[in-house]
Amino acid sequence: MAYAAAAPHKSMTLGEAGSAIAFAALALLSIIIAAKAYTPEYAFHAYLFAAGSVAAVFAIVNRYYERPAELPPLTIDGKPNYNMGPVKFGTIASVFWGIAGFTIGLLIALQLAFPALNFDTAWLSFGRMRPLHTSAVIFAFGGNVLIASSFYVVQRTCRARLVGDLTPWFVVLGYNFFIVIAGTGYLLGITQGKEYAEPEWYADLWLTVVWVAYFLVFLGTIMRRKEQHIYVANWFYIAFILTIAVLHLGNNATIPVSIFSPKSYIVWSGVQDALVQWWYGHNAVGFFLTAGFLAIMYYFIPKRAERPVYSYRLSIIHFWALIFLYIWAGPHHLHYTALPDWAQTLGMTFSIMLWMPSWGGMINGLMTLSGAWDKLRTDPVLRMMVVSVAFYGMSTFEGPLMSVKAVNSLSHYTDWTIGHVHSGALGWVAYISFGALYCLVPWLWNKERLYSMKAVSWHFWISTLGIVLYISSMWVAGILQGLMWRAYTALGFLEYSFIETVEAMHPFYVIRALGGALFVAGSLIMAWNVWKTITAGEDVREQLPQATQPVLVAAE
Amino acid sequence: MAHETQGPVDSVTGVTMTGHSWDDIQELNNPLPRWWLRTFYATIIWAVAYFVAYPAWPLVSSYTKGVLGWQSREAVEVDLAALKTQRSGMTAKLAEASLEDIRQNPEVFSFALAQGKAAFGDNCAPCHGAGGGGAKGYPNLNDDDWLWGGSLAQVEQTIRHGARSTSDEGHQGSMPAFGRDGLLQREQISHVADYVRSLSGLPVDKAAKLDEGAKVYAENCAACHGDTGLGNMETGAPNLSDKIWLFGSDKAAIVEGLTNGRGGVMPAWHGRLDDTTIKALTLYVHSLGGGQQQ
Repeated sequence: MAYAAAAPHKSMTLGEAGSAIAFAALALLSIIIAAKAYTPEYAFHAYLFAAGSVAAVFAIVNRYYERPAELPPLTIDGKPNYNMGPVKFGTIASVFWGIAGFTIGLLIALQLAFPALNFDTAWLSFGRMRPLHTSAVIFAFGGNVLIASSFYVVQRTCRARLVGDLTPWFVVLGYNFFIVIAGTGYLLGITQGKEYAEPEWYADLWLTVVWVAYFLVFLGTIMRRKEQHIYVANWFYIAFILTIAVLHLGNNATIPVSIFSPKSYIVWSGVQDALVQWWYGHNAVGFFLTAGFLAIMYYFIPKRAERPVYSYRLSIIHFWALIFLYIWAGPHHLHYTALPDWAQTLGMTFSIMLWMPSWGGMINGLMTLSGAWDKLRTDPVLRMMVVSVAFYGMSTFEGPLMSVKAVNSLSHYTDWTIGHVHSGALGWVAYISFGALYCLVPWLWNKERLYSMKAVSWHFWISTLGIVLYISSMWVAGILQGLMWRAYTALGFLEYSFIETVEAMHPFYVIRALGGALFVAGSLIMAWNVWKTITAGEDVREQLPQATQPVLVAAE
Repeated sequence: MAHETQGPVDSVTGVTMTGHSWDDIQELNNPLPRWWLRTFYATIIWAVAYFVAYPAWPLVSSYTKGVLGWQSREAVEVDLAALKTQRSGMTAKLAEASLEDIRQNPEVFSFALAQGKAAFGDNCAPCHGAGGGGAKGYPNLNDDDWLWGGSLAQVEQTIRHGARSTSDEGHQGSMPAFGRDGLLQREQISHVADYVRSLSGLPVDKAAKLDEGAKVYAENCAACHGDTGLGNMETGAPNLSDKIWLFGSDKAAIVEGLTNGRGGVMPAWHGRLDDTTIKALTLYVHSLGGGQQQ
């Protein structure tokens, strides 16, 4: 893409011309599909694709006329010329999607406590809101945090500008377009009914293109690095991007009814489909929500604490152990089902072996604080990240525990699972993300500091209380539910009917919703703080780039 | 452990560093925590032991069965058999004795009620409510107002074959759609609705033409619901002279029934539940408060 000619002569790069033509073709194709679509919902999506493609063509051409003849240089005065535009976009997008996803979560929590809140509207029914919530928090919020932070971290730790001129923008914008297609699809009732992989075939295809571009940008930037070694955070990012690609392709192997129909059929069937689904589902947890966020931890905690990573050796061992063992653990979602016993055994035993590799990350995160524990008193951002690692440790202990068949026979299908997921999702994923966002915003917008540290403290305490209410109510609810389901009378009959167990959940569902409301409140405080930092924060006095030379040169 | 790098020493902890530095992030050269490594090994040993004991690894056309010979299918069968054994004596008695005899035998009767309650919760409660209290369109089973009869035999017949169900032996007969099918005019429906309300002593509008309503009633309704509205269990026609209303007693609900008809479905449980369960359910429902002798 670096084919820009000498200064006076300006011409389009191959990338610019190629993408403009490709988007124009996609616009045309989308309009044809919209015209012949089987359902109005699908036609709407085709029009969205057409509108997005036209906007892309316009943006590319417009950008070409606005830009200087030469593309931005890779270095200025020997210092890397970082490309932070896409990172800024992803940062703002993750705050936006986070609030959206948390709020929908609160709505469905309230619906479970008070079913009248579905308002007898298909659009607002639990069945459509639930995937909207999970996708919004995992893929929209979490995904944007991952993309933004990975683009930031890979540049800083490789001392290299992102590869590609348009491509990094294509990745962030294309990914967010996928989010819009997926989310509006759920609202309109378009789903392939696979948990955490609900979007239909055309959204999946689009995501595949975006994801491959993501992988190429990331890998290309690493290959362009000025450092001899690759930093551990980048190993985790690579594992995350690569594995998610494989999972996505495997679990979405569908055959569309027609190019004019949103409906498709999966090539797997029966228990094979269930196994592929949970191979995907569990590794979405393992590689999206664990490996990706461990990468964030490995950059932002040492950076914020200004301390070296605790153990290089531990990072190597736990990285390889984690990625090798995780991929086997999926069958523990299918204990006591039609899945063969041997597969259940493998799922369970690999989950147990996964316990220490997971804790390796926790140890490395927490022990990095050694020599800097006092900072927890004064820096609520660091406090948030450290608590996040503690939650990571807790939920990665709870996970293997729940994978043990004897425990699983009690916990499976109960709200204990929901509590477990949220101790990981709220405690670990969201908190490490909040920490990273609080670090990134002043860095990206060249601000001296966050607008209000007090607000971060409020965010921390309010949402921690929310998480505690959420998790503890779900523990009690889940265990109570499991015990009620299996209770037999002395005469050998089930003691409770299902509806009685539902009734018993009500108070816990109310407490859970209260916890969720506190969590939403915390995220609103963060959004305000981020907004004020960007618009009213004190600028860094001199535009000194953060040390671009390592303080200590390796003594090799 | 090999000392592959001779990096600088961290002044805070006194630990050697690897010498790497990325964006000012450095790494200490701490060894793997001992307890961590030992626990990791322990989980691996435990997993291997589990592989030996239980079904674990796929082979070409089979899998390793494990030395304990455990199988989940067998485990379920053992559990179910144990439950059966626990219940067996009583289940046999329940199967043999007549409904009336069971009622006379406190031991078997209380067993039947326990089984009936469990079966009711999982099969009947979704419509009739957890306590059998019913809901709009779903009869209350606690009172003595029966559409198809409240004796043991009648209750069993209704459970077994249902009403307007897929079973040929189920109860038939439904409320016709007098309005929709053009059998009655709107005013006639309004008059007869007022009249029906008056049958059970509900207040009616002063302007209501009860005599007109009575005429329509006699010609169209009396055949099933009886001259005085007492109902008829042969056709499942409800008693209109009491205070119990399956679909509501307000005039709009009655007009709705007259206009579009009514015909709620009770499924036939024969074939879905075994005979002893149906017997137990019969006794349980009969015991809820409204059971009749005949």
